[in-house]
Amino acid sequence: MRLNRDALFGALVFVLIAVVGVIRPSFVWPQNLVGLFNDTAVLVMLALAQMTVILTKCIDLSVAANIALTGVLVSEANAAFPGVPVPLIMLLAAGIGLLLGAFNGAMVWLVGIPSIVVTLGTLSIYRGLAFVASGGTSIVGHQMSPAFISLPREELLGLPMMSWFAIVVIAIFAVALRGTRTGRAFYAAGGNPTAAVYTGIDVGRTQFVAFCVSGTVAGFCGYLWATRFSIANVDMANGFELDVIASCVIGGVSISGGIGTVAGAVLGAIFFGVVRNALPVVYISPFWQLAVSGGAILAAVIINSGREKRAGRLILKEAAAS
Amino acid sequence: MNAEAPAPRVIPDRIATGGWWRRWEVILLAVAVVIFIYNSFASPYFLNAYNLSDATFNFTEKAPIAFAMAFLIIAGEIDLSVASIIALSSTAMGAAATAGAGPAVLVVTGIAVGIAAGAFNGFVVTYFRIPSIVTTIGTMSLFRGISYVVLGDQVYRKYPPGFDYFGQGYVFWVFSFEFVLFLVLAVVFAVVLHLTTFGRRVYAIGNNPVAAQFSGVRVDRIRFLLFMLTGLMSGVASVLLTSRIASTRPTIATGFELEVVTMVVLGGVNILGGSGTIVGVVIAAFVMGLLTFGFGLFNVPGIVQSIFIGALLIGVIALPIVGGKIARRWRA
Repeated sequence: MRLNRDALFGALVFVLIAVVGVIRPSFVWPQNLVGLFNDTAVLVMLALAQMTVILTKCIDLSVAANIALTGVLVSEANAAFPGVPVPLIMLLAAGIGLLLGAFNGAMVWLVGIPSIVVTLGTLSIYRGLAFVASGGTSIVGHQMSPAFISLPREELLGLPMMSWFAIVVIAIFAVALRGTRTGRAFYAAGGNPTAAVYTGIDVGRTQFVAFCVSGTVAGFCGYLWATRFSIANVDMANGFELDVIASCVIGGVSISGGIGTVAGAVLGAIFFGVVRNALPVVYISPFWQLAVSGGAILAAVIINSGREKRAGRLILKEAAAS
Repeated sequence: MNAEAPAPRVIPDRIATGGWWRRWEVILLAVAVVIFIYNSFASPYFLNAYNLSDATFNFTEKAPIAFAMAFLIIAGEIDLSVASIIALSSTAMGAAATAGAGPAVLVVTGIAVGIAAGAFNGFVVTYFRIPSIVTTIGTMSLFRGISYVVLGDQVYRKYPPGFDYFGQGYVFWVFSFEFVLFLVLAVVFAVVLHLTTFGRRVYAIGNNPVAAQFSGVRVDRIRFLLFMLTGLMSGVASVLLTSRIASTRPTIATGFELEVVTMVVLGGVNILGGSGTIVGVVIAAFVMGLLTFGFGLFNVPGIVQSIFIGALLIGVIALPIVGGKIARRWRA
């Protein structure tokens, strides 16, 4: 049944691309579609990471702030030590992100504060720290080393590395969420926390792991974001957390936990990318973008709501899991 | 998972008979007093009626929304679209003002748009049974999106004379219209929440919506009304803000929703619903206002202030929990 929804949604995205293609054939040129995917790569990765958190009945509002802080820090590291190889920088980015995510997770797991409150707080804190770390200025392209900027743009088999990163991340999530013990635990912890506890799953620890995943991916994307625009400052990815969550919601990830597929989250993100790229192509003012995303989110959840109702509703939400 | 026995249930909004010093509001008030005293010693400009009066503008527009949001959160819902409602309502007022409407018509327009937007949220939540956080993330984009569609990169800044009173006028001496309205609304919301059956029903819904339904509470109708109320207060805030800054851009009030939610949670309202008081929210408004004002006196940039606001939000919730855990371990 979930596969069915993903297939339908995939068809819808395909039709959307086709319709735009009919109006403006240049839109569906392979080169443009590759560019579109490349453009959406960061959103795809973040949507998958966010889905992991949402599966466990939590939410991570701090991802965009994480991107800003990590992006500023690794750009400064690169500006100060241009000789450090880029893979090491990427590891550093993921590591900083992991720390930031782990802080969120620890607050949720060990202290027991609801995730929305924790990440609402860290959203301000991380972005504030990004300002402090950058000293209120921007680290711009000519301060970064050429290798630092160019790596995500280098092509392999006709695809930029940025897209390959997204493809690798999609593959990891597809395998890990389906085939590993931790992957299944994410679903169990959110789908029915009480049952998960009786099965021997530590719900709090699972949520902690989910936040670590989200933080790591966000940190890595912090590096990508800095290279994409060759600039790192406090305003990086401002408000992007909502696009990420919206991608999940459109992709059929249930905000009450336990429901969501890799295909759904990826398609949700791509849908966003298509809308964003298609509007100017069909001569609709980009100022329509926000209203269209909002309308799409509402339409998607209203269509979804019929399905979830039939599946039976949980009444005792968090009875024994705390 | 810890296997402790659940704490005995208390009704958190009633004045406790014992241990009043452990009440959230008292702790928060102590924090406010400490900030106040520290600021008055640290800066010679702090203890000045006019400066303090200026400082109240930091929260007088957000606090009315926070009062309504407190109702919503106590009832187990949330509205993240409030800042976007401000933008939409301000855009409507700007359009009306450009068409030549007077101050009275503008106020009615602003508030009516707020109510309509809130009603839309309430309708989607109660009719389609969509979690409010998802609904309002959607309408957050939609409402501000409409504002972008209407305005694009333009600005409305032609507001009629007389309209400036709501955001810039003073009732007497240093008491601004906004501050007096804040006090009046605080009393009204406190009375409704703590002294009426409607208020009790809000708590009942937050604690157990199913039990509330079976007790004859019309859960969905009250939820709908609460979303409308939050829309109404966002409309009011929009009138105040638009009147104060006398211009409307689609980016108006960006990020307000986070500050409003922070204010409510800082005020001791349980984000999971079921408990909280208006007094707490009022004190939280003062704490945030005093903090912002104090930082401003020391030239701390707004973005750095947000580190402290965020840390305050997590800290005030984490410290009692962590403290309690340590105390229990120590005793055992």
